[in-house]
Amino acid sequence: MANLHFELVTPEKLVRSDDVFMVVVPGTEGDFGVLADHAPVMSTIRDADLVIYVSEGAAPETITVQGGFAEVNEAGLTVLAEAVS
Amino acid sequence: MASLKELKDRIESVKSTQKITKAKKMVAAAKLRRAQQAAEAARPYAEQMEKVMSSLASKVSIDENSSKLLAGTGKLETHLLVVATSDRGLCGAFNANIVKEAKVKAEKLLKEGHKVLFYTIGRKGVPILKRAYPDKMLEHFDTTNVKTPGFEEAKAIAAELTALIDDGKYDVAHLFYGKFKSALVQEPTVQQIIPIPVQEGAVSEAEGAVDYEPDEEEILAELLPRNLTTQIFGALLENMASEQGASMTAMDNATRNAGDLIDNLTIVYNRSRQAAITTELIEIIAGAEAL
Repeated sequence: MANLHFELVTPEKLVRSDDVFMVVVPGTEGDFGVLADHAPVMSTIRDADLVIYVSEGAAPETITVQGGFAEVNEAGLTVLAEAVS
Repeated sequence: MASLKELKDRIESVKSTQKITKAKKMVAAAKLRRAQQAAEAARPYAEQMEKVMSSLASKVSIDENSSKLLAGTGKLETHLLVVATSDRGLCGAFNANIVKEAKVKAEKLLKEGHKVLFYTIGRKGVPILKRAYPDKMLEHFDTTNVKTPGFEEAKAIAAELTALIDDGKYDVAHLFYGKFKSALVQEPTVQQIIPIPVQEGAVSEAEGAVDYEPDEEEILAELLPRNLTTQIFGALLENMASEQGASMTAMDNATRNAGDLIDNLTIVYNRSRQAAITTELIEIIAGAEAL
């Protein structure tokens, strides 16, 4: 299965641009996992952890994001966050 | 003709000025690189934000309940000119150019019968505007105590602007800043930030069914202030890079001019010195011959 193209952007810089297996996004109305070929979604996000699985079964990697939103389109997942840590 | 002593002092003074301009030029060159990188790094976010904004804005209908940031106040009476300048001088005509652009716009609006108010960011633009429009200065955002204006400052400015429009202080806001083209060229730019200018033909490319979580209106409400912040942040970064670029160019010119001046003065100095020696010799020889 093709990998999901994932970008994490803050106002200061492009934090990450990677092909990954899955990302779990902390949406305002609940967490949702995004795999490749996910249906287009736009969602605001809570201040919480973004969980990234680089490959299937790989150990999850977390990035804490604050304020922003996530967009899924045919190109992949883009998360715009105000700050990351 | 100036005396030798005067010439010598003059040369020394120009030399010390040259030292200052040279140092400032090198500082600006170093800072320019960093500012340019910062401006470039901020671009992906701004681009993405713009894409999302335009696709959302075309989907949401504007009514009296929509945010003022999107729909405006329904009037076009009072225009707020947000003028972003630098905090430091020694950067040539950079600040003057931005202010000039703002003044042109202000005159045009006044002639059309609108009201104009100024909101200034950065210290250097204030005195010029105050002289021209003493009764139109609304607020000033002080950035002198931060080294480089960052996202926090942009956020604070955006919050103030939002509060001001909610108070009904103005209807339309324009942002003035120096757009960075290259180290040699900085373009004073004006951009309407409130309400968001509706671009004709910016209809989203038929993305089909996009799920919105929560719904479009709520996302938009959340996004609008953020979009404003992003725009101001981008302008601040461009301004930083432009300031350093302008400063570098201006100081390079100044250093070169000082060099020319020193060369000319040195020639004059040497000539007068030789003339003085010759006169002295003639006097001695004439005296010896008279004996």
